[in-house]
Formats: sequence, C-alpha cells, structure tokens
Amino acid sequence: MDVIVAQNLTKEYNGFRAVRGINFRVREGECFAFLGPNGAGKTSTVRMIYCFSPVTAGQLTVLGMDVRTQAREIKSRLGVVPQENNLDPDLKVLQNLLVYATFFRLPQRQARATALEMLDFFGLADKADEKVDALSGGMKRRLTIARALINKPRVLILDEPTTGLDPQARHMVWQRLRRLKEQGVTLILTTHYMEEASQLCDRLVVMDQGAILEEGEPRQLIAKHIGTEILEVGFAAAREREIVRELNGLIRGHQVVGENIFLYPHDGQELLRVLQKMPFHFGHQFLRPATLEDVFLKLTGKKLHD
Amino acid sequence: MLRDLFRIDISPLVWPVFRRHLIVFSRNWKVNLTFNFFEPLLYLAALGLGLGAYVLPMEGLPYLHYLAPGLVASSAMFATTYECTYGTFIRMEFQKSFHAMVATPVTIDDVIAGELLYGTFKSVLYGSVIIIVITVLGLVGSLWVLLVPLVLAVAGLLLAIISITWTGLVPNIDNFNYFFSLIITPLFLFSGVFFPVSGLPEIIQKAAWFSPLYHIVNLTRSLVLGQVDLSLAGELIWLLAAIALLLPFPFYLMRRLMIK
Repeated sequence: MDVIVAQNLTKEYNGFRAVRGINFRVREGECFAFLGPNGAGKTSTVRMIYCFSPVTAGQLTVLGMDVRTQAREIKSRLGVVPQENNLDPDLKVLQNLLVYATFFRLPQRQARATALEMLDFFGLADKADEKVDALSGGMKRRLTIARALINKPRVLILDEPTTGLDPQARHMVWQRLRRLKEQGVTLILTTHYMEEASQLCDRLVVMDQGAILEEGEPRQLIAKHIGTEILEVGFAAAREREIVRELNGLIRGHQVVGENIFLYPHDGQELLRVLQKMPFHFGHQFLRPATLEDVFLKLTGKKLHD
Repeated sequence: MLRDLFRIDISPLVWPVFRRHLIVFSRNWKVNLTFNFFEPLLYLAALGLGLGAYVLPMEGLPYLHYLAPGLVASSAMFATTYECTYGTFIRMEFQKSFHAMVATPVTIDDVIAGELLYGTFKSVLYGSVIIIVITVLGLVGSLWVLLVPLVLAVAGLLLAIISITWTGLVPNIDNFNYFFSLIITPLFLFSGVFFPVSGLPEIIQKAAWFSPLYHIVNLTRSLVLGQVDLSLAGELIWLLAAIALLLPFPFYLMRRLMIK
C-alpha cells in the first residue's frame, strides 16, 4: 500500500512556484527521502504532507485521505519533526511529551507510558526533569523525534533531522531511525546530506528548483548515472576535450567541477595507470567510490553544498 | 476574504492548548502575581493616599474609594494586553509553539482560541486579586462585587481579541510599544479610572464612549460600590457587541500570518 500519493503537486507562494507539479509515491514501511539543496522545494513538499501548507494545485493523499479535507485526521496519525526545533522551552523534558500528547487527546496514563518509553529509547531517561534549554543540540533533536512519536504514528516525517548536529550526534539519530524502520515505521525525510540519504533510505527523489530530477534506490541511481567509482583529476578542466578523447574507451562519462574533472571509469585502477602515462601535468588523482553527490552533480551541474 | 473571515475551525482541542498555558503559568504563578498586584498597590498608595489627601470627594466618595475599583479594571486590562501581545508573539515567533501545535490535530484556530482563553483567564485572575486586596483594605461596599469576575471575563475576552488583532496586524516586537503608548495608556488615563470622564471636554467624553475600559470601569465600580441599576446592562451589551464584532479578526489575521 502507498501511504502517500502525490500527483502534479504544486505549491506557490505569492506567484513563486516552490514546487512545480511533482509526482511521487511513498510505500508503507520504507524510508523515503527528498534530497536536494536549500530552496529545492523539499520543505514545501513535506509541509503539504503534514497539512501545514495548503496545496496550491494537484492531488495529495496521505494514508488514503485527502490533505484538503481531512487534515485533522491525517495529522492525528502522523509524527512530525520540523526543521526548526520547536520544543516548548517553558516546559521540562517529560512535560514536553505529556503536554504534546494532550493535543492528540491521548489518555493520560497511556501518554505517560509512551513518553517514558520514548525517553528511554532516545537515551534521555535521566533528563526527564531537566529544562529543555539545558539539553545539547543532539539531545534536543532526539527529544523532538521522541515527541513526534508520542501518538505512535505509522508514518514519521523528518525535515532535515540532523542539520546542525555534530557527526556523533548525527550517527546516534540515524541509529534510532533505523530501529524505528525495523519496527515498521514509514520514514519520510528531507536532507541535503548525501550520507544521510545513503545510510537510511530505501528510495529517494532528487529535487532541484521545485522539480524532481530523478527517483530510485540510492545504489541504483549511482550505478545508473556514474558506475561504482570516481576518479578525480585535479587542474584538468582546461584539457577536458583532449582527456576525454584520449580516454574514450575507458570511461562511461565525466563531469567538470571547477578546475577539476571527475571521470567515471569502467575500471578505476586501469584508468589511473593510463592517466599517469599521459603527457600532461595534472594536480591530484584520487580514486574513490561514487556517491549520491556525484549523481546530483551530474544531474544539475552543481554541488549540493557550496 | 469575507468567507475566510468567518470560517473558524475550532474544536475541543482548544482545551489542551489552554491547559498548556495554565501549566506554564502554574510553574511561576507566585512571581507573576506578586509583580502584577504590586503596581496597582503603588497607584493606590501614591494616588489614593498621597494625592487623595488633597482631592475633593469624587462623585461623593473619598478618593481612595473612587480609585480602587478603577484599578481592578486597569490591572485586568494590563494583564491581558501584555499576555496577548508580548506573550502571544513570543510563543509564536521565538518559541515556534504554534508551529509545533498545528503539526498535531490542533488547528491554528484552536491555538488562537486557546490564546484568547488564556488572555481572558489573566484578566479574571489579576483583577480578582486586586478585588481581594481592596476588600481587605475595606474599600468594597457591596456583595455585588461577587459579579466582578464575570465582568472581568467579558472584559478580558474583548481585550484579548483587540491585543491579538494588533499582534496579527503588526507582528513585530518593537511595535508593541506603539500599542501601549498609543492605545492602552490613553485608555488607562481617560476611561474614568482616576477621575470621572464627565469633568472632561465634551469631545473627550464622547471619545471615552468608544473605550472598552470606560465601560469596564463603569461596571466594576458600580458593582464594587453597590450602585446597581439598569444602565449597567447597557455597558455589558456594549462589551458583548464589541466581542461579536471583532471576534473573527484575530483568527483571520493569525491564520494569514501562520499558514503559508
């Protein structure tokens, strides 16, 4: 079953088209990501899913319900982790969860049990009586996710769940999200971190300027557009044509990135040997596994981060 | 736009929103209350006792007795207007609490209704505290005073509506100064809290009729002093009519601000 179906989904703000008629489906139990740079329309898209922003045009159903007419029902069954932390600073950690539970009209005893379970799951059990402002960035993020799970949703929406966290805190969040997925929760996330998308996602769409450029499984997308490896060659952009002509049979494609060229080899080691015999003077030559970043670069001609 | 104005989507979820505010309030109610009744007490001491010693009886009353009920109304007004400007704005803009709430089954209209209820609550509570104080000081002359909390509830709702309408129109923390210096302070000074409006030039007397506080003060003072007659019904109708007229605006304006 598809938990979310979007057809020709469009969002405009005062005439600016943030989302330009996109189509996608999210399947039950998968982790689905919207990957793209800032301003790609990812947040606008998920805000329509969790019924915060009205849909300008097109169709959008969540759990079989129309976002236009059944917002309250949809919201009662979703968990939402927004981009900005909006924990209640006037309430303590446990209280944050308990008060939030009242917005879902959950019975008090059940809410308390779930809240304690969630604090435990996210490693915050000993912080129950702390002020929210006393928590670190990573803890606040985990608490926000814990709060989103208070109604035991089958679908969890995370808008840039780890932006601004240090690597350790990020890994901790990822680990918990993987466990949620194992428990059958459908995860929908937006991110501009390639690693996050490849670590967590079963499927993703690549977005840029309000449109979906590609859709698929991370590995499949890399294999389709790049292959398995990338050979980065420094200061080679000026000789692009000669290099590409010379290496014609050895590469599947290439991309100029600033002064460097990224080559997509059939066989990385072989290409490296041939390249080193060429009569040009290059900068660094670096053979590495291909990533989603390379896919994005190929699709848009630009990097995700500047 | 007219249709949007009247399409208010509220549900019983208003109560948990209001309850959230009460929980926060209950955490430091002692501090909140202490500061709030400190100021009216200062006025009562400085003007009632100090200035009052030189003032002729007003409408047949010693000045302290005249002033005390007025301060009940004005402290209720200040409690509500601060809450529904600075308080509401901070929750919306800095704490992003509204955003957090509307990601649940709560709608933005539920949130605003919760804010209005909280503003109303503050008026009732802060006004009633002053009632207790002036009762202890022997400045209350009638059991009709028991109806004052009801008046404070009506008054609080109206003032909350006005404050949130301003917050929705001018959502900028610097501009709340204008609200207080251009609207609330003139109301405070020219609504019969300190002296009868009847002594003022006719044009100001007419203007005072448009002041919600003028009607609130009339009601409060009459009930505190036990001077009850049918004209009070007129004052109450004025307040209720103003509520009916203005109620859609805070919802409409905040919806416009939040929903994008």
